[in-house]
Amino acid sequence: MRTVKGRETLSNSNLLFMIAAVIFVLMYALAMAIYPGSFLQLQTFFDLFSLNAPLIILTCGMSIVMIGGGIDISVGGVTGLVTMCCAVFLESGGGDVWSSMILALGIGIAFGLLQGFLIAYLEIQPFIITLAGMFLANGLLTTIHKDPLNVTLPGFVALRDAELVIPLLGSHNRLGNFIPLGIKIGAFVVVALVIALAVLMKWSRFGRNLYAVGGNSQSALMLGINVKRTKFQSYLICGSLSGIAGFVYIMTTGAGNVGNASGFEMKAIASSIIGGTMLSGGVGNLLGSPVGALTLLTINELIRAAGVNSNLQAIASGLLLCVFIVLQGVVVRLRGGGNLARALPSWLPAGKTTGKGK
Amino acid sequence: MRRVKATGFHLLLPLSVLAFLVVVNVIKGVDYFSLSVINGALYGNIPNILFGASELVVLAVGMTLVTSSSGGQDISVGVAGAITSSVFVAILLGADKITWWTIFAGFLAGCAVGVLIGAFNGSLVAVFKVQPMVATLILFTAGRSVAFLIDGKLSPILANDLTSRIGGVMPGVFIQTPILLTAVFIALIALLLKTTNLKLYAQSVGVNEKAARLNGIDPVAVKLLTFMLLGVCTAVAGFIAVCKAGRHDSVNLLKYIEMDAILAVAIGGNALGGGKFSVTGSIIGAYTIEVLNRTLLRLEVDTEAIKAVKAVFIIVLMVLASPVVRGYLANAVRRPRSGTQTGTVAEEAEDGWVSAPDAFRGREAP
Repeated sequence: MRTVKGRETLSNSNLLFMIAAVIFVLMYALAMAIYPGSFLQLQTFFDLFSLNAPLIILTCGMSIVMIGGGIDISVGGVTGLVTMCCAVFLESGGGDVWSSMILALGIGIAFGLLQGFLIAYLEIQPFIITLAGMFLANGLLTTIHKDPLNVTLPGFVALRDAELVIPLLGSHNRLGNFIPLGIKIGAFVVVALVIALAVLMKWSRFGRNLYAVGGNSQSALMLGINVKRTKFQSYLICGSLSGIAGFVYIMTTGAGNVGNASGFEMKAIASSIIGGTMLSGGVGNLLGSPVGALTLLTINELIRAAGVNSNLQAIASGLLLCVFIVLQGVVVRLRGGGNLARALPSWLPAGKTTGKGK
Repeated sequence: MRRVKATGFHLLLPLSVLAFLVVVNVIKGVDYFSLSVINGALYGNIPNILFGASELVVLAVGMTLVTSSSGGQDISVGVAGAITSSVFVAILLGADKITWWTIFAGFLAGCAVGVLIGAFNGSLVAVFKVQPMVATLILFTAGRSVAFLIDGKLSPILANDLTSRIGGVMPGVFIQTPILLTAVFIALIALLLKTTNLKLYAQSVGVNEKAARLNGIDPVAVKLLTFMLLGVCTAVAGFIAVCKAGRHDSVNLLKYIEMDAILAVAIGGNALGGGKFSVTGSIIGAYTIEVLNRTLLRLEVDTEAIKAVKAVFIIVLMVLASPVVRGYLANAVRRPRSGTQTGTVAEEAEDGWVSAPDAFRGREAP
């Protein structure tokens, strides 16, 4: 399939990723042109990574599930639950940083296992099950602890404040003092995870199976792919990523709170879509996920920098989403004829239609 | 007999859940059904449930239609309700004097905005072939801010007798007005579905769009129509909600109700992947959710833990209703009775246990 398609024309996944990447670069260039003072600093760019690391990680998990044709709206809830559990555990006196990392991952994996099993093997609607998962995570969160909880464990505080300082790339602030560039640990976690997941999706058997399952689960079954196990694994990965995102979240903010990561599921879905993943499954490039998230964050930063009514942030995000959705719909439909032609045997005269989408 | 079972099966799940919850409530205290008259209106557990679930019922009806025709769900209904009611409030507060006519005009304006919102979502879904959840995510992201901009300030207050009567009790009427409004709405929808071909068209588009087009049904028009109807439903729900609350809180009005509305459709035994639907099931499903919420309060579950308990309840319910578990149950029923009766039992399984799982099949349905 891939070899037949890949040579001369881009696949849908890569085309949508290219569109997202180009628009992100254009938007960032625009931001730099309008507000050279803030956006030209490398610190601003790396802060987008450092401060929004949890959202980017969740977007990656969401993209994986969406490529498999499913959806997971429990990710925000699970992330919030993980932050609170880690905060309570670290503050209880008996916990250290390493075991709290294992706790975070464990909670994520537990949710992934439960939801994956129910969705893949019992064939229940992913929307309803992950909605219940979100309720469950929210309920457990408020049951465990209701009030904001600041973590004061010295080892953890050191980890929270740790950052890689690059003196050469710093900048001068308004008073003329020199501030070196600092990158938080969260940014490195994001980069490592994105690379690992992109490799997993592109070159592993699981990744290829997942694209097949998302594209058409019936055909995947006929090709001998274990559809149920593939789906189960996708939810498991998404769950464990929400666990990791939870730990990165508390590493960024340093406190457990009831409102942590609430609403992140919809932001993650929006970022995935902007990054070129389609909710119908089978289409998407994992490298698009961070690009999508960063595009959404850049437009919010732009509006914040402009200092207008903060309600415009949400409206601008909505408009951006609208533009991308319509663009994707049009692009995929224009190429639809080509895809059909390529599915025909090569000796049929189908050459003319393939060029249409270019 | 079998005919009855086959057609009524989709109602078995919501009705049995409702019955289970009522039994739990009665075991907790026999005074569950008690009614009292305060200020000339009926109060008690049952009227409170009907009162509390009124917006959810209205939205669940519209959501059922959209689910059937488009095979997806609209997650912007709560936000759309906030926008339509902000228009309603803006018209009321802009008028010199609030009369029944201004309220009626405001309501009509709300409906018009609802239809516009429905047309926007519907055209994305029908013309641009976007997944409904993705298409409505746009409004979900932007909508509350739009409602805030229409309001112009945080939560304008509706302090007058007429709207508080709509949200509460009319003088001389025993029943709270939102219950009556919901009843009227259900009657109108029933009339619409009985007298027109809408149900048939929506179902045929949902089951197989291409086949529907070959039979002369325009899928684009049908999808647009269902989304516009849902827009009207959001206007009605927003109207009821804002009259109940007495002020328009653009941030919290109808918050998270879209999740409950989708849940109501699923509990009602409808396929979330589109196709055949039962509005009755969704209405019962909506009331079931309200009963569940109030049962948890009545059982004195900690307020912090309510969501978790609700989630466990939903998961158990969905596991029981899942195709795989039903298959096992059907086998377990069949095995002891194997022998001369096999044929008839298998046939029963055909129209009962085996066809019903379609209702819960995921999006992987072609």
